[in-house]
Amino acid sequence: MIDFFAAVLAAIPLILASSLRLATPLMFAGLGEYMAEKAGMINISIEGMMLAGAFSAILGATVTGSPVLGLVFGILAGVLIAFVHATFSYRLTVNTYVVGLTLNLLVLGLTSFLLDSLDLGNAQLSKFEIPLLSDLPLVGQAVFNQRWPAYLLWILIPTVWFVMYRTRWGLDMRAIGENPSAVDASGIDVLKRQRQGLLLAGAFAGLGGAYLSVAEVGLFNQNMTAARGYVVIAAVIFGGWTIKGTIAGCLLFGAADAMRLALPALDITFNAQLLIASPYILALLAMVVFARRSRAPAAYGRPFIRGLA
Amino acid sequence: MTITATPPSPVATAVPSAPSPWLGRLSTFGLYVLSISVALLLAGLLVSLTGASPWEAVQAIFQGSLSDAAALGLSLDKAAPLLIVAVGTCIATSAGLFSIGQEGQVVIGATVGAGIAIFLHGPGPLILFVALLGAALGGAAWAAVSALLYYWRGVPVVISTLLLVYIAYQVVFYAVTQPWLLQESGQNVASPQSDMIREDAWLPRVGEYPGLNFSSLVVIAVLLAIGASIVLNRTTWGFRLRMLGLNPKAARRAGVSAVLLGSTALMISGAFAGFVGGALLVGGSHRLQPGISENVGWDGLLVALVARNNPILAIPVAFFFGVLRAGGGFLASTGVPRYIVDVVTAILVLAIVFPPAYQYLRREVRARRLARALAAGGAA
Repeated sequence: MIDFFAAVLAAIPLILASSLRLATPLMFAGLGEYMAEKAGMINISIEGMMLAGAFSAILGATVTGSPVLGLVFGILAGVLIAFVHATFSYRLTVNTYVVGLTLNLLVLGLTSFLLDSLDLGNAQLSKFEIPLLSDLPLVGQAVFNQRWPAYLLWILIPTVWFVMYRTRWGLDMRAIGENPSAVDASGIDVLKRQRQGLLLAGAFAGLGGAYLSVAEVGLFNQNMTAARGYVVIAAVIFGGWTIKGTIAGCLLFGAADAMRLALPALDITFNAQLLIASPYILALLAMVVFARRSRAPAAYGRPFIRGLA
Repeated sequence: MTITATPPSPVATAVPSAPSPWLGRLSTFGLYVLSISVALLLAGLLVSLTGASPWEAVQAIFQGSLSDAAALGLSLDKAAPLLIVAVGTCIATSAGLFSIGQEGQVVIGATVGAGIAIFLHGPGPLILFVALLGAALGGAAWAAVSALLYYWRGVPVVISTLLLVYIAYQVVFYAVTQPWLLQESGQNVASPQSDMIREDAWLPRVGEYPGLNFSSLVVIAVLLAIGASIVLNRTTWGFRLRMLGLNPKAARRAGVSAVLLGSTALMISGAFAGFVGGALLVGGSHRLQPGISENVGWDGLLVALVARNNPILAIPVAFFFGVLRAGGGFLASTGVPRYIVDVVTAILVLAIVFPPAYQYLRREVRARRLARALAAGGAA
């Protein structure tokens, strides 16, 4: 029994590190999804954006020989998917969910196809250990010895908060999520703002996917994101449409993923399927609870069409 | 985009005359041809990227799907599940409820069907019937969760159905990895699949092998599509359903219960998807496997979209998707990865939804320009 506890105790820093590692791509994508959902959009193509980002990052790193440029390629791929989605759904008026699902199918097919047809190499960004802080017990290695793009989160999280709550653009976005008709009547182009939000979400999701491939794993596998995009949507819902909550949701779901990988090694039998399904179950439960407190944007998930009140 | 924000242009805008309807129709047709050509061109470019010839790829798809009776039967087999899922989707969408959870309902239907077919004892045809019925009820129950969450707590149907797909995937995986549930018995190596179901409970096929032969599901699918079309367009219930979808406020004034009718529509859509899951089990793999759905839930949803929620139009669209699916298996011989079929399907969907949306936008812009010109005229 004592041996068992000793093993668990020794494993904690490792599990923490692996939770954070698995949560990082979710957090990148989550920030973008948060902005999109604040403007009332449920960005279903986030799965395709992340997958395209993951693939393009490795492709870019192979072609240019630089993993950093790979990261840029990943972001651009996410933006490209977002551009197609925005054009179809927020310039033309094709149902956003249908376009999103079609794009996910397209990206999954295209990346699988290209993976089979092209010769992709390995590429991985280096770790950066922050001196002194990385020596902290328990969390030191987990938080302060990561692949360097992970530290971008320390900048991006406050930036997203600032943009959403201290700029005119952020106010527009939040207002669109609550009452798009009122925003429209005040002379702001609702669809244009939503297109902009979607492009930003694409950049963030592309970055998250790129981090997954070019930082975390170092190569690209078929269907590498494996529904992580939907986990991100679940995290934003679970977080009650707040930045704090979104990040917490991503960390929690990253931890669930880490537990799934760690528990067999610790000889603990736990239902792996329940862990995999936990983000979706928790998001559903969160929606049930939040519904009464009206935490969701009032126009959540209802595409804006001018002239339709 | 807003009228109010833009000051009337001082330059007198020519008031656009109404275009001749013939010209309009011609340009719609031209747009379809153009956007589908662009889609096919893109697909061709992708195929040439692998060093293979696009023409050979087209031939391979043709050979696998339409070249002889056996291939045609395969296309029909692949099309039938898509059609049934699509018809169910049309019913839910008519009521104004946009469900994207068909894939999960398919998987749950297959799981319930497998449970019934494996644990229930009795004459084969009876088991077949009960298993399919159970599968449909399972799919309906899975959809009922979304209906409940929507009408009780206001959870958007899109979100709940999407999340439930990924929960359903884990449910089926759990079921086939637990020996006390549905995992294959008597194997030394535990594999994530169920036992085979009894041969006398398999779905019968129409026709004999060398000639045209297909699953009886094809007949059921076409009958369901025609039936759904009649119910939607020619019955009071269908009328109420469409009224609810087109104008919920007017429907409520007319005494339509949104909760009752909407839930029913969602559950019927789930039942159709669940039935497909059961049919894939008793007519296809004959055992439950995590990948049993082969994405028919997702693709069926796309069929409904391309067919613009018209069950009759869904018949040819589903057949076309089935042709692509059946032909995709033959691509291996040409060295083109079979994933090209998914790519072609997706870009064709985008190419088909583009023209009507583009026309709509053009009409909008024209109307706005007209309004602006009239405003300028009034000010002068």
